[in-house]
Amino acid sequence: MVAGTPTNAASQPAAAGASHTQRVELASAVIRFAGDSGDGMQLAGSQFTDTSAIAGNDVATLPDFPAEIRAPAGTVPGVSGFQINFSSQDIHTPGDEVNALIAMNPAAFKAHIQDVQNGGVVVVNDSEFDKVNLRKAGYPEGYNPLDDSKYQDRYKIYRVPISRLNDESLAGSGMTAKDTGRCKNMWALGLIYFLYDRSLDTTIKYLDDYFGKKKKLPQVAEANIKALKAGYYFGETAEIFPVRYHVGRAPVSPGTYRKVTGNEATAMGLVTASKLSGKTLIYCTYPITPASDILHDLATMRHMGVKTFQAEDEIAAVCAAIGVAFAGQLAVTGTSGPGLALKSEAIGLAVMTELPLVVIDVQRGGPSTGLPTKTEQSDLLQAMFGRNGDCPVIVLAAQSPADCFNAAIEAVRLAFKHMAPVLLLTDGYIANGSEPWKVPDASSFEKIPVSHPTDAASFKPYQRDEHLARPWAIPGTPGLEHRIGGLEKADITGAVSYDPANHHRMTELRAAKIVKVVDDVPPAQVYGPEQGDLLVVGWGGTYGSIRTAVERAQHEGRSVAGLHMRHLNPMPANLGQVFRRYKKVLVPELNTGQLRMLLRARYLIDARGLNKIYGKPFLVEEIHYAIEHMLSGQWGDRESIPPQPHALEASAPAQELHTGG
Amino acid sequence: MSTPNTTVPLTTLTPKDFSSDQDVRWCPGCGDYAILNQVRRVLAALGSRREKTVFVSGIGCSSRFPYYMNTYGFHSIHGRAPAIASGVKIANPELDVWIVTGDGDGLSIGGNHLLHILRRNVNVNILLFNNRIYGLTKGQYSPTSEEGKKTKSSPMGAIDIPITPLSIALAAEASFVARAIDVDKNLADVLQAAAQHRGTSFVEIYQDCNIFNHFAFQYATDKATKDEHVIYLEHGKPLVFGKNRDKGIRLDGSHKPEVVQLGKGVTEDDLIFHDQNDENLAFLLSRLSYPQFPEPMGVFYKAEDDCYEDLLDGQVRQAVAAKGSPDLDAFLRSGETYTVGA
Repeated sequence: MVAGTPTNAASQPAAAGASHTQRVELASAVIRFAGDSGDGMQLAGSQFTDTSAIAGNDVATLPDFPAEIRAPAGTVPGVSGFQINFSSQDIHTPGDEVNALIAMNPAAFKAHIQDVQNGGVVVVNDSEFDKVNLRKAGYPEGYNPLDDSKYQDRYKIYRVPISRLNDESLAGSGMTAKDTGRCKNMWALGLIYFLYDRSLDTTIKYLDDYFGKKKKLPQVAEANIKALKAGYYFGETAEIFPVRYHVGRAPVSPGTYRKVTGNEATAMGLVTASKLSGKTLIYCTYPITPASDILHDLATMRHMGVKTFQAEDEIAAVCAAIGVAFAGQLAVTGTSGPGLALKSEAIGLAVMTELPLVVIDVQRGGPSTGLPTKTEQSDLLQAMFGRNGDCPVIVLAAQSPADCFNAAIEAVRLAFKHMAPVLLLTDGYIANGSEPWKVPDASSFEKIPVSHPTDAASFKPYQRDEHLARPWAIPGTPGLEHRIGGLEKADITGAVSYDPANHHRMTELRAAKIVKVVDDVPPAQVYGPEQGDLLVVGWGGTYGSIRTAVERAQHEGRSVAGLHMRHLNPMPANLGQVFRRYKKVLVPELNTGQLRMLLRARYLIDARGLNKIYGKPFLVEEIHYAIEHMLSGQWGDRESIPPQPHALEASAPAQELHTGG
Repeated sequence: MSTPNTTVPLTTLTPKDFSSDQDVRWCPGCGDYAILNQVRRVLAALGSRREKTVFVSGIGCSSRFPYYMNTYGFHSIHGRAPAIASGVKIANPELDVWIVTGDGDGLSIGGNHLLHILRRNVNVNILLFNNRIYGLTKGQYSPTSEEGKKTKSSPMGAIDIPITPLSIALAAEASFVARAIDVDKNLADVLQAAAQHRGTSFVEIYQDCNIFNHFAFQYATDKATKDEHVIYLEHGKPLVFGKNRDKGIRLDGSHKPEVVQLGKGVTEDDLIFHDQNDENLAFLLSRLSYPQFPEPMGVFYKAEDDCYEDLLDGQVRQAVAAKGSPDLDAFLRSGETYTVGA
């Protein structure tokens, strides 16, 4: 393997015009842009993603940025990365190993080189590998990793003076040196477009639209386009790359597509639910990484009737949403783990007052402030139990960026039907990661029914329907004036009650109401054999990695099935039966075993865990290793294992040796 | 809107019509009873509709208020009533929303929310019952308790400096700031003015907790002394007080307020004239406190300004006018899309 996964057909030299460059057809490739957090790596990465999606690839991305907006330039903590897996096949993850790394400075090289596959391509911005930057990256005095045979032997390193060539390409543009320098991400992108045989059209159009039309800075648009083209032409004329790669179209079904991040899909799902229910979406929130983009997106959707309320704090945000629900509109609050902790008491109020409320938790590394920009699945137990009293809520989890759309609609549907708070868990990985999404037809959605009582004679605030939901009587309705609140309610009348037996009954009713949601939860379905040696159970954003690993094991003839849970509370009715059809159960999670604990407690099964708390998604190979490890009988008595350390250092050096051009 | 005008009143409601079927459970002799009666009276007088009226409260003795009103009501969690009320107004600006809070609920645990609802100018009425004590938790000092106050939680005397609710409200850009006393007749006038103001109306009500802090405001309620310790504000009128209306407040040579005796060369023209549209004067008045000064009662400040919920509605209308309101299919396909052919 070189700079990607080869297709089954052997690499063939393709007719590449007058160039001596070989063209190699790849099934898929994983590339990563890395640079200072101010270097525009996120833009370069997202542009490469758009271009690849439009070229017909399946794509999956993994942005990775520091918590500091601009950490000290040139240092390792300040490095920002963007990984793209683009493929001619159906893919579910941003890829394990990087086939090609673009490192804009020594710190970026240092932070990311260990993820590059043996023999992989490393394009470095040689201009920045000077004494000062090497020192900032923490390399010893007088040492340059590019001169180190350890790296030279292992990777195909291309030392391109990107900063200098970019400056030269923009000489005479009349721009300041600083502004010229800011185009170097586009220069690098152009070079990588050449390497992977991509069209420049999508990015040129973007630069024209964004800088030219929206920001009214046509000279900036022009300079960026010039840099982009200069990078591309450099690749073409300098002939530094012995091969060029091409990744063909994926067999995707015809239709209209867009690339979505999980946060974008969540926002669009909420707007869709608003239209399907005829209720005004009022999103009450307080900015928090990595959930803020939902607010940013919804704030641009006023023309869809959306109201956003940026509250003074997390508590005010959820309380305002509860006020919205009380007044009869679609109440949603969004946050991340620390914010969910602050909202706990108010969510309890929504449980007690039995109001429809959607709470979105875009999980990040915890506890406390933790790792704000990194992903984790460690809020599951907080979502389930993190409130005073016996305080059940509906808990859902989205499994991929595009899936956030459907999950958001389902959250609203369940909240309205059952008059209960719904906690929707996403995570930093799927919230910021993106994938192509086939835009559904509005006609394919079912309406979300909502009704409000108006008959004063029959109205009782805590009278329940067949789902055990109470009536949603809203202020403004004559004759239905009533009071609700956090004090225990008398059954049926809703009056304040301190009666012991009533409290027991109401606690049971609140629990039974959530249990009854199971009628709306589809039976758990496995992918793979209906019974067998091993069932791999996941939830949330780990879907892509787990599915890919399970399918790989299945291809290898293993008796393994996968099961991915969207409904965490209540869980599907048949789940216990499904577990019994497999000899072993493995639960990979990006936490210390929160779902595993629930499954062991509830189903009395000996579930074992693969638990990773790195702030990063699972690599496919980590899960694959755990599957093999379990099936081979080497697991032993351990309840869980961590992922095996990246095996790169132990692996053999690459066969092909390149020292760059 | 504070006075609903979309429903034609079919019958005139009486104060009794605003009473719920719940027994009022405040301690006998609590100042809350007087306030409850006045609120019911004012709502009836204003022609309010029960179905359009919402009382939102937090936690504390005062926060039981919604249970005693036959309107919509939400007895929420400690300190959060302003946030819940903001959500109610954003969802339905037509509702007449009242917040009932106390010195603990509103200024301590809920202080942040109070600041922000005031600066947003959400069109609600806030009644802050100030009894300078925590009553429901049985007698700890509150953010308005005097320095040195001995309570269960401050046996050697409170060492916290008390805060002045009206000064805080003014600093938070409140558009209506007033003060009244639970047993005082002018409470009804103040409540009425608050209800009729468009924007956040903030009313501090001195309220006697006869169990844990009895007579905290005796200086302002005792017939024998109140005329010397209270000054009723009237827009455009000089600040005159005293049993014989022979004292006033003027600014001294260094622009500091001072109490002066009228006569002997001092006339009403020398006094401060109340201007309820002057926020600097309002702040100055909010700083006058017993025993150095008589404490002003009435409307300190009033300003016309846009309400948050109306501005938000306006942005929605403006966006719809500018961009149209696409159907769901058009919405989902807006922005960057691409087509994959068959």
